[in-house]
Order: sequence, then C-alpha cells, then structure tokens
Amino acid sequence: MSVQPRRAADAASSPTARLRGVGFGYVETPDVLRDVNLTLPAGSFHFLTGPSGAGKSTLLKLLTLAEQPQSGSLELFGEEAGAARRSALPAFRRRMGVIFQDFRLLDHLSAWENVALPMRLSGMKTADYADDVDEMLEWVGLGQKLDARPPALSGGEKQRLAIARAVVTGPDLIVADEPTGNVDAAMAERLLKLFQSMNRLGTTVLIASHDADLAARSGATVLTLNNGRITGGAA
Amino acid sequence: MIERLFPQRAPILPRDTGGEPWLAAVIAVLCFLACLSAVGALSADRAAHGWARALRAEATVQVRPRVGETGDAAAARAAETLAGVTGVEEAEAMDRKTAEALLRPWVGDAVLPDLPLPYLVTVRLDRDAPASAVSLSRALAQAGVDATVDDHSLWRDEAERSAGLITVLAALAFLLTAGAAGAAVAYATRAGMAAQAAVIETLSLNGASDSRIAGLYQRRYGLLAAGAGAAGALAAMGAASAMRLLGGSEGLSPALPVVWSDVLILSPCPLLAATVALVAARFTALARLKGRD
Repeated sequence: MSVQPRRAADAASSPTARLRGVGFGYVETPDVLRDVNLTLPAGSFHFLTGPSGAGKSTLLKLLTLAEQPQSGSLELFGEEAGAARRSALPAFRRRMGVIFQDFRLLDHLSAWENVALPMRLSGMKTADYADDVDEMLEWVGLGQKLDARPPALSGGEKQRLAIARAVVTGPDLIVADEPTGNVDAAMAERLLKLFQSMNRLGTTVLIASHDADLAARSGATVLTLNNGRITGGAA
Repeated sequence: MIERLFPQRAPILPRDTGGEPWLAAVIAVLCFLACLSAVGALSADRAAHGWARALRAEATVQVRPRVGETGDAAAARAAETLAGVTGVEEAEAMDRKTAEALLRPWVGDAVLPDLPLPYLVTVRLDRDAPASAVSLSRALAQAGVDATVDDHSLWRDEAERSAGLITVLAALAFLLTAGAAGAAVAYATRAGMAAQAAVIETLSLNGASDSRIAGLYQRRYGLLAAGAGAAGALAAMGAASAMRLLGGSEGLSPALPVVWSDVLILSPCPLLAATVALVAARFTALARLKGRD
C-alpha cells in the first residue's frame, strides 16, 4: 500500500486522542457516557467492546466530533477539540478516517467516486489521487466494481467500500464502528490486516466491535465500555 | 487510464429531480418578466425623452395686435423678429386656415368661421442650442410686439418626470423580481439541504468545510439559474424582436418604440440570475449549516 499517514513523523509528540472526565447524554437517555477517561497514544491500536447500548457509538461520535462532550475535555492531535468552533472541525476531520456502522456511502456516486470523495472535497486534482483510489479498491476486492453504485453492492462490499474511503487518505486516526460486521471471516481477517498495516505505518486505530475473537486475535489493547464507563483495558 | 485522470465526475450532491425543474421554471418566468419590464422601461424612457426633445425644439408665440394693426400683420412682424434671434431656425406665422385645420377635429366645421382664433407664430428652435423663452420675449418686446411665448416647458418637464418615474418603477420591478428569484432559490436550498441531511453529514465527516458544502449548493443553483435565466431572456428577446419586426418600420408599438439594442441589452440576464442564485444559495446554506451547531 502506498497510502501513508500524513503526520506519522510527529506521532510520538502527543497522544492522538485524550478524553478527561467526559460525560454525554441525550434527553431520552442521559448519562450515556460518565466520567470517561481515555488516552489513545499515537500509533496505538485499540478495540472498544461492550454490550449494546453501552455507549460505544456515542463515544465514537465524540471522537469524530459529530457531538461535543457535555462535560470534561476532549483533545485530538494535541489540540482541544471538544469545544472547537464549527469552522475548526474540518481540519480535525481531515486527519481522521471514519467507518460508520451504516456505511454512509453516497448512493449517487460510483464506488470509485465514493472512495475519492475525501480528496475531492479537499480540492485535490484527480491525477494526484487516481492511482491511490484504484489501488485501494483493488486491495479491498472491489477492483472489478469501480463503476458500481452502492445500491448495487452487497452489505459486505459496501462495508469494504466504506473502509477504503476511510483509509485512502492515510489518516492519523482511524475510527471504525463494527467494520467487520457485514463481511465473512476471510474478509474480516483481510480487513484486520489492513488496519494493522495502517497502524504499523503510524496510524492510530480504534475499532468498536462486538467480535471478541477478532479483538483477541488482533493483539490490540481491548477497552471495555459498560454503563457509560470504561471498565477494562488501558483506559 | 485517461478516463481515470479526466473522469466525467458526477456532482457530489445528488440531483433533486422533484424540485429543481420547478425552480428552473419559476426562475425562467421571473427572468422573462424582468426582461419584458426592462424593455418596456427602456422604450418608455426613449419615448418620453423623444417627446421632451421634440418639445424643446419648438415654441409657440401668441401675438396680440396693436390698435389699428391686423392680427396677421402683427404675427408676420413677430415672425420676422423671431427669425433673427440666435437659436431660432425658423419662425412662421400661422395663418387662419392652418389654425382652423388644427381645430377642426375638435370643434367641427359649424362654429369655426365665427370662432375668434389667437394669432400664433410657430418657432422651430436650434436642437443643439435652442433660444430660451426669455430671449424670445425680450426680442419681441424690443420690437414692440405684444406677445406671450410658450416654450412648452410645462409639458417637457412632465414628460421628463414621467420618464424618471418609469425608470424608478422598472428598477423596483427588477429588484422585486430579483428578490423573488432569490427567495425561490433560498427555499429550494433549504428544502434540498433538509432532504439531503445525511449526505451533508457524510460530507462534513469526510472533512468538507461549511464553505465547501455551501459552495456545492451555490454551484448547483447558480448553474440552474443561469440556464433558466438564459431561457427567460431568450423568450423575452423573441417577444421584443417580434414587437420590433411586426407592424412596420415603427414596430407594433410606435408609442413605445423598441430598438434592436433593447434586445441585446437583455443578454446579461443569465449572469444576473446566476449571481442572485449564488448569493441566495450561499447565505441560506451557510445559515443552515451554522444552525446545526
């Protein structure tokens, strides 16, 4: 893979993410997260597990700045991000690759265009990323479906497409919500290897998953979220 | 490979096939009406200024004969005096026959022979440097002619005021049309953003700034408005051309003369429509995105 994290060189200077006493809740379900303390050192690989409703997706929303903490602080890449102004969010998000449980693919774009989306949004020229997109799609096994639109893809193919889009820019942080939930065991292994190879290049990886076996095989630190608190792992 | 490097890129925003054709139709109709009002204002302004110019080039003098002098002799003397004034091209005493011919359509033949008519001199003034009513009066007084000079300034001022009013009304009509087009684009932008909330969130989470997302809506509605504006302007150009071509040398509306430059002046309409749409879409999109905080 030619894709590399852009800031791998300064990865060691500060943790990629640090949550201190973070709390968050919704009107219907207050205290989804309570006093969460979590540090993701640069270049680390963590699995986040926990029962349904434990707050895994909410924690990922905070890390991707889709929501802001209601208490505590959230730092990303060494900068305060939890209370960042809206105009500052794109700069943080361009350093992340996010894989959503529901894929969030754009149905009117082809597979190739979906993967190219982050580069296109950042204003890069097509010639500067075309090879990376081709290579990434080939790597996730969608080399023959470059022009297919998401509605024509299976669940597993959509998931691989979403992963390709998240990692193609070589982000500093990959946040994935159940990235292997819709693929077979062989593809799950292959995707895990992709995350591991990204991690070896310096990318910090956090994967929320129910797949305890995969987490165990990954060799990554496993965090457990229960009742809104991190109760296990290296929190 | 070439296709990969120079692909036919699909728009990042999905098409709103339900609302966009309607929006295009509304903008096209608004542009058509704005163009017609512009042509109307231009021709009315031209007509009013033409009337004012014609009135400025003429004066009428009413002569009162002295005791023992006939009216015709007094008028002839006044015409001779006025012909020598700087800024006068021609002065001609109006004989009774000419005056009767002017009045006949209004009073008929029966009363004309008994009707006392004023003794008039029609004065054609130099268009570039017309003599003033004061200088004409002064020359007549110096020649001992008792006369009243009417330089048509009352009518001329009214014609010029009317032209000014028509220009203001046309500007108001343009602003209202632009406002209506902007409101339509703003509504469409809001509706589009509401329908595409998931797409916007995906773009945002993939690093798109609010400005970039607003730019997508700007581009979409700017291009749409440019196309619709072109359609509306072309239709208005066709209507104006038809008014100019049909009905002989003065066109269908001699009182509101349309000239070919009026047709050409409509050509920036697509650009103006696009500008209105760009501004409306940008402000609406940015306001809505900020409201997501």
